[in-house]
Amino acid sequence: MSGILAPFAFEFMQRAFVAALVVGLLCSMMGTYVVLRKLAFIGDGLAHASFAGIAIAYLRGLNYAFGAGVVAVVTALSIGFVHRRAKVSLDTSIGVLFTGAFALGIFVMSRSARSTVDLQSYLFGDILGVSRGDLIVIVVLALLVAFVVASLYRPLLYTSFDPTVAQASGIHATFVDDVLLVLLSLTIIVSLQSVGIILVAALLVTPAAAAAQLTRRFVPMLLLSGVFGIISSVGGLYLSYELRSASGATIVLLATLIFFASIGVSAVRRRRVSP
Amino acid sequence: MNVVEARDVRVQYERVTALDGVNLTLTSGIALGIVGPNGSGKSTLLKAIAGLVLPAAGTVTVFGRSPRDLPPGTIGYVPQIEDVDWQFPANVRDVVAMGRYPRLGPFARFGAEDRAAVDRALAALDLTALAQRHISQLSGGQQQRAFVARAIAQEPKLLLLDEPTTGVDAATEDALMHLIRSLVKNGLPVLMTTHDLDRAPEWFDRLIVVDRRVLADGDPATVLEGGTYSAIREHTHVHGHLRADRGPE
Repeated sequence: MSGILAPFAFEFMQRAFVAALVVGLLCSMMGTYVVLRKLAFIGDGLAHASFAGIAIAYLRGLNYAFGAGVVAVVTALSIGFVHRRAKVSLDTSIGVLFTGAFALGIFVMSRSARSTVDLQSYLFGDILGVSRGDLIVIVVLALLVAFVVASLYRPLLYTSFDPTVAQASGIHATFVDDVLLVLLSLTIIVSLQSVGIILVAALLVTPAAAAAQLTRRFVPMLLLSGVFGIISSVGGLYLSYELRSASGATIVLLATLIFFASIGVSAVRRRRVSP
Repeated sequence: MNVVEARDVRVQYERVTALDGVNLTLTSGIALGIVGPNGSGKSTLLKAIAGLVLPAAGTVTVFGRSPRDLPPGTIGYVPQIEDVDWQFPANVRDVVAMGRYPRLGPFARFGAEDRAAVDRALAALDLTALAQRHISQLSGGQQQRAFVARAIAQEPKLLLLDEPTTGVDAATEDALMHLIRSLVKNGLPVLMTTHDLDRAPEWFDRLIVVDRRVLADGDPATVLEGGTYSAIREHTHVHGHLRADRGPE
């Protein structure tokens, strides 16, 4: 193979592209809920918190996704619990818990003599290092998240818009909130290896924010966000191959570019409507 | 079975007692008006019945069950114009359609019956022409109507309305109350808070005066003639807020 298909000649690149496609789609569609519910800070927080799980799993020789998953889910549910029970505001409760968990990760690492090189890849992402086993975990978790989101589609939408009335009419809003946080944790874990802890929050926010500039209906926003997510992740990975740049950073930069382009398009459209 | 039954209900927000010793029963097919000064606990009473706040003491049952254990879609609730995000990606029809969501199970189709219920609710609130309009482009009164339409589309067994006539023009108020009267006539029990004492006798079958507890209860004209409401309002005007008089319990 040559020309534009050159990157696909390598098996590790094929795996990377599949991972990018899944991660881009999943993050950007979950991102619709993140943006509408103003959970951007939670996304960032959970990603950082999962570092503790990765560090512990790494030192114990366990699967990273398992370690990150346990810590992220526990943190997600604790954030909700502390917020509701201790009457601490949501952003404060996130701020306390995620930095605490992130610090735990660094603490555990610092007491270990083992090399920290591998962990770097979780901070910044290493999509080219996705193994066949990693890919299976990514795909299975993504399908699980997609299934639960589809089954809770209406409760999620209703509680995103008007949790009080949704609750009064018989939808268990706090249950839906908790499920969403768990799904968000799983989404982040699926994405960690591809884009890394620092950058995953961007994929959860930027494509959906770009979509929100261009449409005022929910389903089109969800779909458009998914399209932007895929363009960013797959396009970004391709560009990173051509430009020999870091894949995670290239993916996020492309998403950022799409966001600003959307703002531009939206501004032009508004000017045409009201001259 | 009584539609609503509240026994010795006390609701506490931190150190403020919003309701204390409230007893109330509501039977089917009547419109019950709730009046009381600002901060008297009117809205809290509706929230307790909707299961949104849990009583610190006493019990609330709706159709014999705790409000949170009711089948989805039983209670239709229209809060005061609230702080939802009006930039949310939804038009009027999308919002009214949400009224059907509680009844629909996972993966259930939004069927012809659901669409018909949404159409009827839009028509009943005179919103058909605005159905495709984004919610941020509505006036306050139109937003209020959209929320009432959502509750109507839900086809609830009990309708709770928190000052739905506040901030709407006279024509909308008349249309709204005409609609509510017709729902009541068809057997739907309605609880509604209001400040409009003049209209209360024509709107409601029964009126209660609430100020942390139920101070008067009965036929609207009789209750208003009894002077309980004007007395507490007078008291509020002379001495400032009632809560401040009583202090924390």
